[in-house]
Amino acid sequence: MNLCIKSAIVSVLAMTFSLPSVAQNAQQTRGLEIAKARKVADQGWVDSQASMEMLLSNKQGETSLRQLRMKNLEVESDGDKSISIFDSPKDIRGAAFLTFAHVQGADDQWLYLPALKRVKRISSRNKSGPFMGSEFAYEDLSSFEVEKYTYRYLGDEPVGTEASFILESVPTDKYSGYSKLVTWLDKDDYRVHKAQYFDRKGSLLKTLTASNYMQYLDKYWRAHNLKMVNHQTGKSTLLTWDSYQFMTGLKESDFNKNRLKRAR
Amino acid sequence: MRLLLISLITLFSVAIHAVEVRGYMGTELRYFSETPWQSEQTDWQASFVTQPEFYWELDDSGDNSVTFTPFMRIDSADNARSHWDVRELKWLHLADNWELEVGAAIVFWGVTESQHLVDVINQTDGIEGINGDDKLGQPMVHFSLIEDWGVFESFILAGFREQTYAGKNGRLRLPLLVDGDHSQYESSRGQQHIDVALRYSHSLSDWDIAFSAFHGTNREPVFQLDSSQQQLTPYYMQMTQVSSDVQITQNDWLWKAEWLYRDTQPESYYAAVAGFEYTLIGLFDSDADLGLLGEYNWDQRQEQASTPYQNDLFVGARVVLNDEDSTELLIGVARDLSYMSYSGRLQASKRLGERYKLSLEAWLFHSNEQADPLYYFQHDDMINVNLDYYF
Repeated sequence: MNLCIKSAIVSVLAMTFSLPSVAQNAQQTRGLEIAKARKVADQGWVDSQASMEMLLSNKQGETSLRQLRMKNLEVESDGDKSISIFDSPKDIRGAAFLTFAHVQGADDQWLYLPALKRVKRISSRNKSGPFMGSEFAYEDLSSFEVEKYTYRYLGDEPVGTEASFILESVPTDKYSGYSKLVTWLDKDDYRVHKAQYFDRKGSLLKTLTASNYMQYLDKYWRAHNLKMVNHQTGKSTLLTWDSYQFMTGLKESDFNKNRLKRAR
Repeated sequence: MRLLLISLITLFSVAIHAVEVRGYMGTELRYFSETPWQSEQTDWQASFVTQPEFYWELDDSGDNSVTFTPFMRIDSADNARSHWDVRELKWLHLADNWELEVGAAIVFWGVTESQHLVDVINQTDGIEGINGDDKLGQPMVHFSLIEDWGVFESFILAGFREQTYAGKNGRLRLPLLVDGDHSQYESSRGQQHIDVALRYSHSLSDWDIAFSAFHGTNREPVFQLDSSQQQLTPYYMQMTQVSSDVQITQNDWLWKAEWLYRDTQPESYYAAVAGFEYTLIGLFDSDADLGLLGEYNWDQRQEQASTPYQNDLFVGARVVLNDEDSTELLIGVARDLSYMSYSGRLQASKRLGERYKLSLEAWLFHSNEQADPLYYFQHDDMINVNLDYYF
């Protein structure tokens, strides 16, 4: 009799303590599901070409402009390959970046310096650093891969008129500049409408607002306007994408050091 | 060369697309703080420089283009530093896995910073700066084959370019002037000697490696006293060179090495340069990065070496602010471990507005031994300010 009651008490106690972790697991499972759905919703675009402009603003309202063009290649079971060619400011016109993003480990990055006609392979640990002096870090602009974060589903909240999931993402890469991200993705198409970035100390650092979504090839959504506001410095960057083209016929052979040198 | 120009001008007139122009123009001011070796050498030098690049696309595919990049500097003090050059005048054809470049062009080989040891295709435009970064255009037929197993390149180089030297009013030169008009060549074909080169390069995981071979006129001459015993005459020998350059990229560490074996007169030799670059991202939680560089230069000829890099240690620090103005600062010291001489440099630059760039360079030299090539620069400590406009 005693043994029966004892084991019953133990089981009840065990269940009480494991209930929160069961709930925890449910949040993580749901979170991972949403992240995977987001990735699937954007797969199969093969390659893309686009031009973008970044308007950097500081607290005093002074602005400066960046213009560049990007070519991207979707790579099966790994990160994308991309070439970025700078058009403005004029002193870096003609400089170009080649990136082979990887899901595990550091990306491979090469920089082309037109003044010296030199291709230099660089350290890619700078993912947390500002891209061209803007409020977008390199890691903010690289392709979304499920393995880059661990997830927790935090609930629902609309962003404007869009019913959205709130997803907490913790970067798996220790070199990331963020302790976590909180992202609002709409329920229909898993598009990011808003994201909050928390620095390594856990304070809110930046907020991203994505708008002007357009659909390409009846499947792929791209936000044409991305605004990143840095709450700690008061600076902001407005990124505008233009002339998006998909399935333009780019191949692996368009993404190597030679093509980087010839990029225009 | 004239035939090449005529055929290319004909090509232009056939071209149906508009020209794309980009480049820069700027002013430079140099000040030398110490008394020179010779009284006719100047303390100040102001110059105007420009390098526009004209690009024509010959058809809609973007695979056929012509690029023309002339360069010019006009110097206030040194006539010899006023010079112009055709850096590029080439036709480029891009195909799926091969490329062909014909005409004057610039090709860079190498991975290290303190010295570009294996970079042999183009002649250095030494009068431009101390770094040796500026190159003269080299006419060539350059074919590249790009495969999964690597890139294979072949070069046929015609029309040798001679080194450039400071004139009597200029600084950063030897006490004896170089008579560039009467250069001599080991090869009876002189400047018309056809040089050839081959290169294989590949990127595999963290490794970027390349092996190269060159046969032709040595870009570096030996100097001989001329008949008047008052000037130096450059003598260009033939050479065969094999070399390699390697970089290993591991997160924040870059490991670099270049080595060569040069078979030439008066003696054949080995030379190498190796080092690292370590980057600290986000200094003190800011956006700034700090790069630390260390490189060792070695030349088998030691005291008989024709370059200053025979037994030298270079250390440097590069601060990149990652701000809107792309502000950067580099401090470096090169120490000759045999002669115990050293040179120090400081280079800083930032963008002004949207189109201007301000750069500052300061060099100091210290050398006590006459056998040291750096000895002749010890009175040429310099500050250099550049303001360039980009278009």
